[in-house]
Amino acid sequence: MMTLHLTYYASLREQCGRSEETLQTDAVTAKELYDTQRVRYGLPWASNHLTVAVNDHMAPWSHPLNDGDRVAFLPPMAGG
Amino acid sequence: MFALSSAPIDQHPLRTAFADDESGAYVSFEGRVRNHNQGREVRELFYEGAETLAQNLFAQIEQEALSQFAIREVRCIHRVGLLQIGDKAVWIGVLAAHRGPAFDACRYVIDELKSRLPIWKKEVFIDGTSEWINHP
Repeated sequence: MMTLHLTYYASLREQCGRSEETLQTDAVTAKELYDTQRVRYGLPWASNHLTVAVNDHMAPWSHPLNDGDRVAFLPPMAGG
Repeated sequence: MFALSSAPIDQHPLRTAFADDESGAYVSFEGRVRNHNQGREVRELFYEGAETLAQNLFAQIEQEALSQFAIREVRCIHRVGLLQIGDKAVWIGVLAAHRGPAFDACRYVIDELKSRLPIWKKEVFIDGTSEWINHP
């Protein structure tokens, strides 16, 4: 089991009802972690509609997770 | 240099502090909140962002701009929080020896920023409903 720190933004924050959490997981990749959280929170969005950052850098969904990682699932960006 | 700001953007001190003797051109872009989007009347906008990730990604865009255009420096401030119609949402400044690369780089940076920086925008419409922009 690893301990990970998750941050949620925008629509994900609203849907999950929280902006961050620390959790224990067996998820091996960012995609596995998202799929777990998607079920847990009833998130309507498949991972291919989102992107993911690990430790403040963009990562592929196949990115392997390590104990203590900070993970953020990112809705489509809309700055400017 | 990139920052998210919860305080209003005041372009005057940004512009005044942004100069060097090698640069004959300063080009800026200022994005403002408009009162309509896709046929709907907008009352206000809410922005949020992931600051450290945004700084890391802006640094990449900045390096791309510096390598593609003959410019000297790029700076950017983006607002977060609740903004009213007419408020400045983003400011980008570019310094270059000559105007051509400064205009080109400024356009490049705002275009890349919109698609790549982790900033999200929720439109609140005049009827009180709201919607996250670009969300699936």
